[in-house]
Amino acid sequence: MKAITDLGGWLLNWLEAVGRAGIFLAQSVFRFPVRLNESINLLVKQLYSVGVLSLVIVVVSGAFIGMVLALQGYSILAKFGSEDAVGQLLALALLRELAPVVTALLFAGRAGSSLTAEIGLMKATEQLSSFEMMGVDPLRRVIAPRFIAGVICLPLLSIIFSATGIIGGLVVSVGWLGVHDGAFWSLMQQSVYFDTDIINGFIKAVCFAIVVTWIAVYQGYECLPTSEGIGKATTRTVVLGSLAILALDFILTAAMFGDF
Amino acid sequence: MRNKRTELFVGCFIVLGVLAFVYLAVQVSGLAFSGKKDTYQIVARFNDIGGLSDRAKVTIAGVAVGDVESISFDKELYMGLVKMNIVSDVNNIPTDSSVAILTSGLLGEKYLGISIGAEDDVLVEGDEIYDTQSALVLENLISQFLFKSDDSEE
Repeated sequence: MKAITDLGGWLLNWLEAVGRAGIFLAQSVFRFPVRLNESINLLVKQLYSVGVLSLVIVVVSGAFIGMVLALQGYSILAKFGSEDAVGQLLALALLRELAPVVTALLFAGRAGSSLTAEIGLMKATEQLSSFEMMGVDPLRRVIAPRFIAGVICLPLLSIIFSATGIIGGLVVSVGWLGVHDGAFWSLMQQSVYFDTDIINGFIKAVCFAIVVTWIAVYQGYECLPTSEGIGKATTRTVVLGSLAILALDFILTAAMFGDF
Repeated sequence: MRNKRTELFVGCFIVLGVLAFVYLAVQVSGLAFSGKKDTYQIVARFNDIGGLSDRAKVTIAGVAVGDVESISFDKELYMGLVKMNIVSDVNNIPTDSSVAILTSGLLGEKYLGISIGAEDDVLVEGDEIYDTQSALVLENLISQFLFKSDDSEE
């Protein structure tokens, strides 16, 4: 009997948390634009810390993943004498899967954790309550610009990841392994479609951006205001964010590319 | 002055993102910004479509002159109905031309190849090519080959 009540209680708690997170999301997004000038300033500052500072890790990992893909793809395709198709493999793998997913995972680790820690520390040092006391809504002042900056940055980062990955793969396959560059590009252009591949990859990145940033700011806002609580919340951001990305990726892929 | 620098970096970031997007669109997907090309539609019926898919290219003398718009099943004739769009520049295909489903390479993608006929009349919007050659299905080819070798043994 106790097990059943425990289960029920756990389910209710969980539903409550989901509801709180949903209301939190709606409030922080819809309350945002008050004074345009000020909110743009806040947003630019967050775009800098969330987007620009994540650029290096995204560019470097994009280039290396592109190079590794080209090497691996070449060694297998060369067995079938179709090493020209390495460009096709590279572009499709990056645009459809790797760019949105890997960028989102890196983003959860790099920007998501710092968002959680920052907001959590603000809560622990009672900056959030002092905002409230001054009559400033912390959702509007602290959460909304961070959330919107995350949603803008991740798709851009994902596109930059694709582009650097393809350039990295180009350098390895054409420059180093001696794939004919005309065949590299023409096979790639034949098989990559703007609407199904590039736009779908972009939509994936936007979905991941919303989920990851939402988890990050919510975990920061709801954490226990102690040093241990902040640590746990940061860990939860990375773990929950990564799991959510991978699960969501499967659903999105099934919806976008599953209709054979 | 810190704020100005932040804005500069953010501006660079966004411009970089947009440039990467344009690069992907133009260089990787080969998207042309010339808008929708002027085309006209012709149809053909095949006994066997094989692995032909939508957006497969239509060629004359190996040069792409259009693409497949849709493939459907013709219920009355039990045949595969292929609608294809040909660019309007190529407006001199004779009415007695034939169309075949070809394969690029041994296992490559399927495409349509039009062989030019001798008639003076040309195909216009909505016309049909009657002389069609179905896709080469490997299984049929192998079974024919097996039958032949059986016959010769007897």
